[in-house]
Amino acid sequence: MDDVTALTATTLAADVRAGRRSARAITDAFLDRIAATDGAIGAYLAVDVDGARAAADAVDAARARGEALGPLAGVPVGVKDVIVTRDLVTTAASKILAGWRPPYDATAVARLRAAGAVVLGKLGCDEFAMGSTGEQSAWRATANPWDLARVPGGSSSGSAAAMAVRSAALTLGTDTGGSIRQPAAFCGVVGLKPTYGRVSRWGAIAYASSLDQIGPLAATVADAALALEVIAGLDPRDATSIDAPAPALTAALDRGVRGLRIGLPREYLPDDLDPDVAAAVARARAILADAGATIVDVSLPHTRYALPAYYVIAPAEAASNLARYDGIRFGARAKDPADLDALYARTRGEGFGAEVIRRIMIGTYVLRAGSYDAYYRQAQQVRALVRRDFDRAFAEVDCVLAPVAPTPAWPTGATPTPLDMYRADVFTLACNLAGLPGLAVPCGATAAGLPLGVQLMGRPLDEATLCAAGQVIERATGPAPRAPWPPRGAA
Amino acid sequence: MAAAGGRVTWEPVIGLEVHVQLATATKAFAPVPVAYGAPVNSLTDPIVLGMPGALPTFNRAALVAAVKLGLATRSQIRARSRFARKHYFYPDLPKGYQISQHDEPLCEHGAIDVWIAGARHTVALARIHLEEDAGKLNHDGPISRVDLNRAGVPLCEVVTEPVLRSAEQAFAYMKALHRLVRALGVCEGDLEKGHLRCDANVSVRKVGAAAFGTRVELKNINSFRFVKAAIEHEIARQIRVLEGGGQVERETRLWDGVAGISQSMRGKEEVADYRYLPDPDLPPLVVDAELLAAVQATLPELPADRLARLVAAGLAFDDADLLTSDAALADYLDAAVAAAPGSARTIATWIVNELLRELGGRPIADSPVAATALAELAAAIDDGTISGKLGKDVFAKMVATGDGARAIIEREGLRQITDPAAVRAMAEAIVAANPRQAEQYRAGKDSLLGFFVGQLMKASGGRVNPQLASDTMKALLAGA
Repeated sequence: MDDVTALTATTLAADVRAGRRSARAITDAFLDRIAATDGAIGAYLAVDVDGARAAADAVDAARARGEALGPLAGVPVGVKDVIVTRDLVTTAASKILAGWRPPYDATAVARLRAAGAVVLGKLGCDEFAMGSTGEQSAWRATANPWDLARVPGGSSSGSAAAMAVRSAALTLGTDTGGSIRQPAAFCGVVGLKPTYGRVSRWGAIAYASSLDQIGPLAATVADAALALEVIAGLDPRDATSIDAPAPALTAALDRGVRGLRIGLPREYLPDDLDPDVAAAVARARAILADAGATIVDVSLPHTRYALPAYYVIAPAEAASNLARYDGIRFGARAKDPADLDALYARTRGEGFGAEVIRRIMIGTYVLRAGSYDAYYRQAQQVRALVRRDFDRAFAEVDCVLAPVAPTPAWPTGATPTPLDMYRADVFTLACNLAGLPGLAVPCGATAAGLPLGVQLMGRPLDEATLCAAGQVIERATGPAPRAPWPPRGAA
Repeated sequence: MAAAGGRVTWEPVIGLEVHVQLATATKAFAPVPVAYGAPVNSLTDPIVLGMPGALPTFNRAALVAAVKLGLATRSQIRARSRFARKHYFYPDLPKGYQISQHDEPLCEHGAIDVWIAGARHTVALARIHLEEDAGKLNHDGPISRVDLNRAGVPLCEVVTEPVLRSAEQAFAYMKALHRLVRALGVCEGDLEKGHLRCDANVSVRKVGAAAFGTRVELKNINSFRFVKAAIEHEIARQIRVLEGGGQVERETRLWDGVAGISQSMRGKEEVADYRYLPDPDLPPLVVDAELLAAVQATLPELPADRLARLVAAGLAFDDADLLTSDAALADYLDAAVAAAPGSARTIATWIVNELLRELGGRPIADSPVAATALAELAAAIDDGTISGKLGKDVFAKMVATGDGARAIIEREGLRQITDPAAVRAMAEAIVAANPRQAEQYRAGKDSLLGFFVGQLMKASGGRVNPQLASDTMKALLAGA
């Protein structure tokens, strides 16, 4: 039987444009796939059946009228719940935004729609994108489709899980310290964190504004490249978006890596690295070398300070960004507060989850007049050093190869302390501090069948090199398989 | 100027922080119109409402206005300044923070020239920074309603050094700032609409003391009238505390203009920590040489300079002061003086005494008399063509008909009779017609001179110069 949901976004769009498939048939197939899988996976927080069908019908009608169709015509996409969608409930997986219907679309969503994509619904995540497991959702945790007893990674947990089980053909996530790349690696899909400023943050519910970036999760590097081409570009509504020409990524895919110099940063390959993860990096290294790249050892000496700096800067910005959730204008409000202070305290105390409150507390503390210099200012100085490390490395190499996470996906509930969870971001957050693009690509699996991924980090605005190198790895290891269905570990 | 309360042993030290609403078409960080009196919450969008995912983008018109104010105050303008988030919770503050500037303000170390009682003073400014306004709460019994129409309106906060030494000086400074921002066109300056809002930092110290006393921040001083009253009240309160052996507490007090008192709003133990954070949503604000030059080219003559020029041109200080209170009024004056360069003082007098009365509070743009027409009238008076007294009749006819002064003078035959022989002939006729009064005058009843001069003025239709009329009549009656 022709399983439409097994196809790549690139193929689906080509089929719709050529008239080989209708957008409506594709959308219905994916809606069926959601119905079949999501009870066990829990990737979706909201499915917009009517909206998706209407959007698909609109694509088909446009084609019937002979209109030119966009590059993502008829491609069903899922959107992380921290990205706002017009009239479609958006909660950032938080009680404090229960039932909130945004009056506008995020720019990335608007660009997807303009390219013909069909929005299926909203994908689960850690509350306000704060977490590395998907378990910090106010609504539901998402299971890893490869092993339901394991976490899918986070914070873009639903985006990665939906891709792994193909209950969407393409998804959007956000990445503040690894939130696209780490769940992509845990779920065996491709995740691309663009250069800071490449994709407009207009409509991305802010966690840490100087680090947040929207990016695609996809079945293949080519799909991720296609999606980024659509959503990238200057947006006058985001003052931090970069005025750079749209990246010609799909054209660069087949460039190969011959002649490229690829760095292996020694700080990312510690002696105690998980052997499966180390093996995946070694495999990728061999593939890239065989394909003609020169592998060079490099050093990023301030790597060890990146994690503490990140966990000062991100909570500081988070505490500020989340000040707007006060129960006054939108979202949840505590019932019958005694006075204004009680309104604030109870609305926020009842509305935010434990991890969000923890980061607000940390952020509030580090921004106090008495601790600003010792924490925030110093963290910014570290950030500058981390960036300089990469600048120096990129004078010698074209990109670097590294692990994504220190381990494969771990069992649900296995992160006993917040610090354990924070440490899982150790290989991904420097990329955000430096504003660089990062690509997570599947690269084999553990003996138990858990996906493994590797990470490529590149120069600012050079997603093209990452996609070319990523495609070399993907071609050598074979396209990432769909997670088996019914899943292993299912009752 | 003695401190309030008549004590001379205490010296007040005052610094003002004035929020100036910039006259831009749209808000500081959102493409939403700025307007007064619009339906509640109609001037909002996701940015103004602080909705999730909404981002600010800075309105360049506000930057141009702020740079203009910076140049006009001879400020050091930073090539790169930053916006910072100032955090506090209040229902009129949608994002839980105000976008402001903190340790990298746009302007520093400027000065504003202030004329006080005919002398030019300079008030040093610590800084001028850009920020957004908050919304407004409308209280209705137990219910408070939020109106965010004003939220996000661009402001410049203009902060003086603690250099003011009396409520009168503070008042004069406020007036000068008001005049300056209106002349620059950066603020509409309508105090009723809250376009200028003032907070004052007030302390007192013994005369001769080097250190400042403990300062109290007075908030909510929204009119010129209140500036003086609020500061005087606070100075007197602090002196009373100190003379009673107490200590002034570091606090923030809210001025109640209706009751004429202040009330403590926040004490020392509650000093706010705003947890400033450089705003990661907004790139550094860059002011390059090109922008500076472009804005510099638009600077008008500043009101303080204009006042100095007018005084030098011979205007009475009070007239010059009044006429530079409004740039359009001063422009009118300049246009009139350009048409009659020798008559500046007369023109000023006529604007102040006649034209402004005629306008009755309406703007000078509504003047029924063109600047050149008024110049003609002033010149006619100054060169003796008509008397000042007849000038009033001519002015009234100018208002009524819109005709020029000379045309009216000729048409009505109002030209002053300056030929002594003609005046003498008229005088002789009057004396001849009033022999009894002439007899009495010559017998010593001097008061009858007024009668004869009056008859002469009447006979001439007021066209004889009153002095000439008096001199001629006196000589004639004396038998000369």
